[in-house]
Amino acid sequence: MSPKELYARPYTGGAEAQEEMRRTLIPELLREFPDSVRELETPFDIAQLEVQPEALRAVAVRLKERGFNVLMDVGGVDYLPRTPRFEVVYHFVAIPGLWRLRLRVPVEESAPEVPTLCDLWPSAEHAEREVWDLFGIRFTDHPNLTRILLPDNWVGHPLRKDYPLQGERAKHMGPFSVRNRYHAPKRPGDPPGTCGLPRADLGGGD
Amino acid sequence: MSRIVQSGQYQLNVDDLKIAGSGDRMTLSIGPHHPSTHGVLRVILEIEGERIIKATPEVGFLHTGIEKNAEHLTWTQAITVLDRMDYLAPLSNNLGYVLAVEKLLGIEPPPRGRTIRILLTELQRIASHAIWLGTTALDIGSQSVLMYAFHIRELILDLFEEASGARMNPSYFRVGGLAEDVPEGFEEKVRAFLDEMPKRLKEIRTILDKNPIWLDRLKGVGVIDADRALALGVTGPNLRASGVPYDVRKAYPYAGYDEYEFDVPVGENGDSYDRYLVRVLEMMESHRICRQALERLEPGPVNVDDRKIVLPPKEELRHSMEALIHHFKLVSYGFDVPAGEVYQALESPRGEIGFYVVSNGKNKPWRVRVRGPAFYHVFALPAMMEGALLADMVAVIASADPVFGEVDR
Repeated sequence: MSPKELYARPYTGGAEAQEEMRRTLIPELLREFPDSVRELETPFDIAQLEVQPEALRAVAVRLKERGFNVLMDVGGVDYLPRTPRFEVVYHFVAIPGLWRLRLRVPVEESAPEVPTLCDLWPSAEHAEREVWDLFGIRFTDHPNLTRILLPDNWVGHPLRKDYPLQGERAKHMGPFSVRNRYHAPKRPGDPPGTCGLPRADLGGGD
Repeated sequence: MSRIVQSGQYQLNVDDLKIAGSGDRMTLSIGPHHPSTHGVLRVILEIEGERIIKATPEVGFLHTGIEKNAEHLTWTQAITVLDRMDYLAPLSNNLGYVLAVEKLLGIEPPPRGRTIRILLTELQRIASHAIWLGTTALDIGSQSVLMYAFHIRELILDLFEEASGARMNPSYFRVGGLAEDVPEGFEEKVRAFLDEMPKRLKEIRTILDKNPIWLDRLKGVGVIDADRALALGVTGPNLRASGVPYDVRKAYPYAGYDEYEFDVPVGENGDSYDRYLVRVLEMMESHRICRQALERLEPGPVNVDDRKIVLPPKEELRHSMEALIHHFKLVSYGFDVPAGEVYQALESPRGEIGFYVVSNGKNKPWRVRVRGPAFYHVFALPAMMEGALLADMVAVIASADPVFGEVDR
């Protein structure tokens, strides 16, 4: 009944693993995908590759074969005046090898679409939902691409740089009560669940 | 015969809600306001009798737009909002963000500053695990443990108050060092706490370790194996309970952790009981690190010697024009950070918290993406819950230790 208290040898040597990965894996990937993968120089420890969305699946399958068994994070960035405007950023970790790699996938504003990776790494499923929710980047073949942090009937994608900090309502020119900074005013007769939505009679929404 | 239920604007066909399969199955919505969900989590359960067949967590009830807010604040101001994400371990959030910005700037605080950072972050780990222990025991049914555990946390919060003036959200770490040096007599107070804490923890372990209710409720409950945990992005004590000795402090040492001697407790079964053991042992490892940090604490500066980044000492403002200019500039405009992208991972009490910070060379962060470990843990809950009994749901959620400020951000 006594608890077995284990102190295993922890994985160490992340920095050396990074060096090894830069020597071995990155040249291989650059050779295999010469047109769609480009190395981005960085002075920091995690190597980063720019991957075109068309090649993402193929690169991801190759990474999975090479032992990247954890998809630590999927996030989005909006570089507004630049084209392509968005970027989806993936952080991969190989355990126990301790390799780390960052993939940055540029996404056009006109067709914000990236293939999903959630069949390869289940952790991607909800992280991709968050990117869709906050940036409006679609993930092709995702099984359940719905809003995750915001209500289902929310209009707009708040982490886009052209989304005002105080919400869509801040843009409306109207009586002060309508431009309330923090809460959409609730009025009798409002349908349920319209919090934060511009009212139809103000010409908002899309 | 189909029955139409009308509720406000919605028209629901009851037949559409029925689930294929045996007639015994029902859908149960738990939360968002349920004390055992530790915040605001809604879990939609499909149960057959008492067995959970499928669980679907729903999050977002605590979404406060912290990442959006951070983009509209200067580099220093952003510390205060990012600090409120994981409200049980705010100093870990501070440390991760501050280290990321320091990486972009290419600076490192002097030894005293780094030592105090490690000392306080490890105290924070003890406090966070203490509250985890108390609330988990409360959920299982042992109310007295909550009081004992809160006593440990209370002592630590007193220390934070002593150092920074705030108990819950200290915002104590700044880019380039600390807000200010710790007050006189702080070391003695920490030493007194470190002498006290093992006794307090032993009390709790005496209550729990051989308690048949505790063992029955936790052993073999919420099992997740290592491969599945890795695939779902589980990190921290939850992953180590499944037998993977991955600790960011050892794997990718940051903030000077490579100079400290500590072990990494690892479980083997991946059940709730192992998660308990790993956390309790980790508290003692943090205790060890705190002792070493106290030994290393020597007088000296805590901030980098760069007036473009760190505020000048207050008394200098009275007689130095340059100090006044620097003070004014830092408070009103802040400082520019060279353009670039950096990812800083660190071991928060819950797991790997990652700060992906993008700068465009100006005085505000262009983007702060936070990888919250609890976000991934919440979506690993179905894997731990499926096949368990309904009453075990509480134990599973409690042992996974999600904090919803961090899940929803």
